[in-house]
Amino acid sequence: MNAPLKDRAEAADTLTGGPRPRRAPRGVRGGAPLPLLLPALLALAFLVLPLVALLIRAPWRSMPDLLTSSEVWQALRLSLVCATAATAVCLVLGVPLAWLLARVEFPGRGLVRALVTLPLVLPPVVGGVALLMALGRNGVVGKSLDAWFGITLPFTTAGVVVAEAFVAMPFLVISVEGTLRAADPRYEEAATTLGASRFTAFRRVTLPLIAPGIAAGAVLAWARALGEFGATITFAGNFPGRTQTMPLAVYLALQNDPESAIALSLVLLAVSIAVLAGLRDRWMTAS
Amino acid sequence: MTHTEKNAVDLATPTGDGLDSRLVVERGSFRLDVALTAAPGDVVALLGPNGAGKTTALRALAGLVPLSGGHLRLDGAQLDRTPPESRPVGVVFQDYLLFPHLTALDNVAFGPRCHGATKAQARAQAAVWLERMGLAAHAGAKPRRLSGGQAQRVALARALATNPRLLLLDEPLAALDARTRLDIRAQLRRHLADFEAVAVLVTHDPLDAMVLADHLVVIEDGHIVQEGTPAHIARHPRTDYIAHLVGLNLYRGEAEGHTVRLDGGAGITTEEDLTGPVFVAFPPSAVTVHRARPTGASARNLWRCEVAGMETHSDQIRVALTGDLPLTADLTTIAAAELDLRAGATVWATVKATQTHAYPA
Repeated sequence: MNAPLKDRAEAADTLTGGPRPRRAPRGVRGGAPLPLLLPALLALAFLVLPLVALLIRAPWRSMPDLLTSSEVWQALRLSLVCATAATAVCLVLGVPLAWLLARVEFPGRGLVRALVTLPLVLPPVVGGVALLMALGRNGVVGKSLDAWFGITLPFTTAGVVVAEAFVAMPFLVISVEGTLRAADPRYEEAATTLGASRFTAFRRVTLPLIAPGIAAGAVLAWARALGEFGATITFAGNFPGRTQTMPLAVYLALQNDPESAIALSLVLLAVSIAVLAGLRDRWMTAS
Repeated sequence: MTHTEKNAVDLATPTGDGLDSRLVVERGSFRLDVALTAAPGDVVALLGPNGAGKTTALRALAGLVPLSGGHLRLDGAQLDRTPPESRPVGVVFQDYLLFPHLTALDNVAFGPRCHGATKAQARAQAAVWLERMGLAAHAGAKPRRLSGGQAQRVALARALATNPRLLLLDEPLAALDARTRLDIRAQLRRHLADFEAVAVLVTHDPLDAMVLADHLVVIEDGHIVQEGTPAHIARHPRTDYIAHLVGLNLYRGEAEGHTVRLDGGAGITTEEDLTGPVFVAFPPSAVTVHRARPTGASARNLWRCEVAGMETHSDQIRVALTGDLPLTADLTTIAAAELDLRAGATVWATVKATQTHAYPA
């Protein structure tokens, strides 16, 4: 019954000169004006060309050897461990901070939010110097850490984690805070009327509700931590096996062994693409 | 105009059981000040227009909004400063707020779990409640897979599962479509009748209020304007809002024998013989509309009016009239057609004195 009707509709379409649009046309139809089209294509080429060049110049033949060399593995392993540890630090400290910013009214909240966002725009090297001033052997806090507990952070693997967490935390906080703001606070109210303390309400109701936002924030923070260079080299130095992460290894390799620098870059590129793919539901659907 | 019908109030029992409260909440220029008392087993409905403060009163009872003044006692215990999680109060929220990540069973088990039950105990209790609501088959369903009526019953089960001494329901039927509403209203009535503690429900639907509650409290602009049994309020409305709800024309004036002089100047002849400030009420069906001034009319209540608007009301047409006396009249479709009524037309309205009802203000 349906099929003949559909056929007839299509026949009518051909009579009236082509099918009617099935859905609203997206964007501008017809030719885009040249003054817009040209810079747009140029921008696209500008963004894509370097990545293509990386693929073209990649020493594909020697790739297996390069990637299995012990230095590369060392750097890769250190990077993964440190980025993951930094993400864990961001989660443990950042989620409560995001909750505070989203749910509690307190004086100076706007200022606190600005301070949280600052590392986003701060040059990472400056972040590294600032960390040295705070947590360095003679730093404001670092002096006491060293004297009382014998803890030294600069130029250690723990220092790498600290530097990466410093730079990555804002990504997590902002992502989680946004999700919290979008979540209905009345669920927490409903939980309290059922006898849940505010913390229980957070743990059993809010946390599961905002889990997707936390996951996205964590992936974002992890990716940022993985690529961290400036703060890490300033605060933790560049010691192979201890503080030399992938980006540092790439930079160093570029001086004397460009081929392995390209190989390492490709690994990081692959990781980035994987992260983007993991977040595509969250971001790409908007396009 | 806070007025209490002393004969109709269910005062809390002398032992202090039930609800005894005066809720004062100040928020900017809005001030809520209502006294609510109820004995165990009572169902009280807070009725009022949007923005009257009904939901604020409910939230104050739940502890979600702090009291600016007054007091709150439940079964003799002072609750003014008690945080919401420590109050023996259950709430059914307007859009239920079932936790979307938990099954129906775990939603209901949430309360008992917070009150110290083990996971297994809480689930067993929850299963009993779902069974009682006729929802045993949906225990494993997430809220998004429940129909509106099912979600409402899960919300009710969740609120009751903590054995509250005060059950609060915020517009419990508002989110349902008309057909489900009828069913659920009847079921809710049964569950409320079984509930042995105090239940307070908020609604803007007079029918819900009259069916579900045995005591009505009408709130307008943060204050109680009238309270009493549904039947009493329907017969003796004290404000335009209530009169409109129950479908009556309502006026306030000074009575002198059988004549009531209204504030606006018009007069109404009534059956009752009263003196002093009174209300006069009559239903729209008591109004007769004429195109020409009736001669030798037996009705002594005759007013010149203008048609302000008309709307179809099932098989009747409800006509809004302005002029000597603003009133609404119900006409049959045929009568309206014969009168050739349209907006702006001048008409004469009559009401028999025997159809009016006057009572002291």
